[in-house]
Amino acid sequence: MSFFKVEQLGIRFGGVVAVNDVSFEVNRGEVFTIIGPNGAGKTTIFNLVGLIYPPTSGRIEFEGRELTGMAPHRVAEFGIARTFQNIELFEHASVLQNLLIGRHRHRATSLWQELLFLPSVRRREIEAREAVEKVIDFLELAKYRDSLVAGLPYGVRKVVELGRALATEPKLLLLDEPSSGLNPEETDDMAFWIEDIKKLLGITVLMVEHDMNLVSRVSDRVLALNMGEVIAEGTAAEVQSHPAVIEAYLGGAVK
Amino acid sequence: MRFIFKTAYLQDIRLFQHRGQVFWYGLLGLALLAAPWWASEYFMSQLHFICIYSIVGFGLMMLVGFTGQISLGHAAFLAVGAYTEALLQAAGVPFVVSIACAAAFSASVGVIVGLPALRLKGIYLAISTLAFNVIIEEIATRWESLTGGSGGKHVSAVSLFGWKLESDSEFYYLCLALTVLCCLACINLLRSPTGRAFVAIRDSEISASCMGVNLAKYKTLSFALSAALTGIGGALYAHKISFISPEQFTLLASIELVTIVIIGGVGFLHGAVLGAAFIIVLPQLISIAKDYLPSAVATTGLQGVVFGLVLIGLILFEPMGLYGRWLKIRTYFELFPFYRRGMFRRQKSYMKSERLR
Repeated sequence: MSFFKVEQLGIRFGGVVAVNDVSFEVNRGEVFTIIGPNGAGKTTIFNLVGLIYPPTSGRIEFEGRELTGMAPHRVAEFGIARTFQNIELFEHASVLQNLLIGRHRHRATSLWQELLFLPSVRRREIEAREAVEKVIDFLELAKYRDSLVAGLPYGVRKVVELGRALATEPKLLLLDEPSSGLNPEETDDMAFWIEDIKKLLGITVLMVEHDMNLVSRVSDRVLALNMGEVIAEGTAAEVQSHPAVIEAYLGGAVK
Repeated sequence: MRFIFKTAYLQDIRLFQHRGQVFWYGLLGLALLAAPWWASEYFMSQLHFICIYSIVGFGLMMLVGFTGQISLGHAAFLAVGAYTEALLQAAGVPFVVSIACAAAFSASVGVIVGLPALRLKGIYLAISTLAFNVIIEEIATRWESLTGGSGGKHVSAVSLFGWKLESDSEFYYLCLALTVLCCLACINLLRSPTGRAFVAIRDSEISASCMGVNLAKYKTLSFALSAALTGIGGALYAHKISFISPEQFTLLASIELVTIVIIGGVGFLHGAVLGAAFIIVLPQLISIAKDYLPSAVATTGLQGVVFGLVLIGLILFEPMGLYGRWLKIRTYFELFPFYRRGMFRRQKSYMKSERLR
């Protein structure tokens, strides 16, 4: 049984075939990267995996269970968390609250208990807080803990979003362009964190990324897409030197 | 300046963050408990209304301020609560049961109204709730055998375990107790996972659902809770006015309820109370001011004009409402002399991922 498997996935929007017959497998504990030029269908694959779009064909399997056709919030319950390319945080809440929302799938109290705020709710809240504090420690967010997200610089928000995804204690983490909008130093930090997430937390990472430095540094395997179709798969070095990939990025050789 | 040193996680969960809060809320509580001794009969009556509208304000604040779903039909829930209470009381049901039924029935109507919220957003949701308001108003007018039609219905004083609450102060304590209970319930909810799920839906539906928040469930729940609180408010309203008729629950009443939330400050429970106090006190101030104004200005339309101006002014200059203004004033004194003008200005975020669906 494979950890995470996508089989002949396809989606069309009207006449546009955004993703066509894409299949890949992600093994437990690896960093799997999807690259490709703009409009290759990378984020669309993410939205298919996150069940935000229903696929027109194909299936998605996670730990032997089929995900396709489920409601989007079920994905989190199975242990898949994601970040967004352009950050989708809860703007008018503090960093702490944002991370606590990540604990949503671990809640165990009923509405009536919460209305009365019984000791059991208090205990669960403290436990949630302890779990979140671990993430805060891990990502060095302590000094932003109580600030509103709306007032934070872009680089920090990106980390907060990563933290929110980690707070769900996922088995599979989907990162949509973790380095977009970050400066070289912040990208460097991001690379360290992705390595740590893999090694220390043992979380499998599936990411979409443009920055080839970051890709070759952290990825175990890379999949290249163009026009919604798979053109190459292998290690970062293999994919980078693949003729179809070079052609997709730079155009074909002049004959 | 006050520094709060945090040494335990419980500190962030507690009701009061520091001793100053305990002192001031304690003082407020004492003043409210002693109100029958210091307030005139007229002022007591205003306090009844402030309590009732605060409860309704809490309900609307949960929906509009925390879940981000607009409703222009809350007067309908007020009507559902009021008529349920009136009918059950006439049938001899004890108050404790009848007010619970008013809340429960209002909540179930809220679930039905909440259903379109799963598909509609913003202005479209506003229109559908507005239509609901008209429907309820129409039912209340036409179903004469049940509601008494436009002739209205009389409601007698509350009787609690065989003890009739006829005096102003007895009814005041009932209102105050219910207001405090509703407020506590809201605070409790907001510091637990359900409240956070509401906030998540308000700020970004897409990532809320990626965090495992069931949008359908929590939006419906928010409507139900909001309707239940408004139903409780409606039941008390029926007893306070002691006569209910469909023209008390028109669209204008709904807009007045939304005004409570906007004037008070969207997204703050304090705002519900401040807004309620404001819309009760302002008409009184206007009628006092009328004695000193030239007769050309002091017409019946003056109140509408002043309300409109206040609303527009607040939206333009203080979108965080009265409570937001208070926060700024408080921060100014807490940080004196280090307050900067831009402290509450939020950084605009231009990067928003393409809204999915």
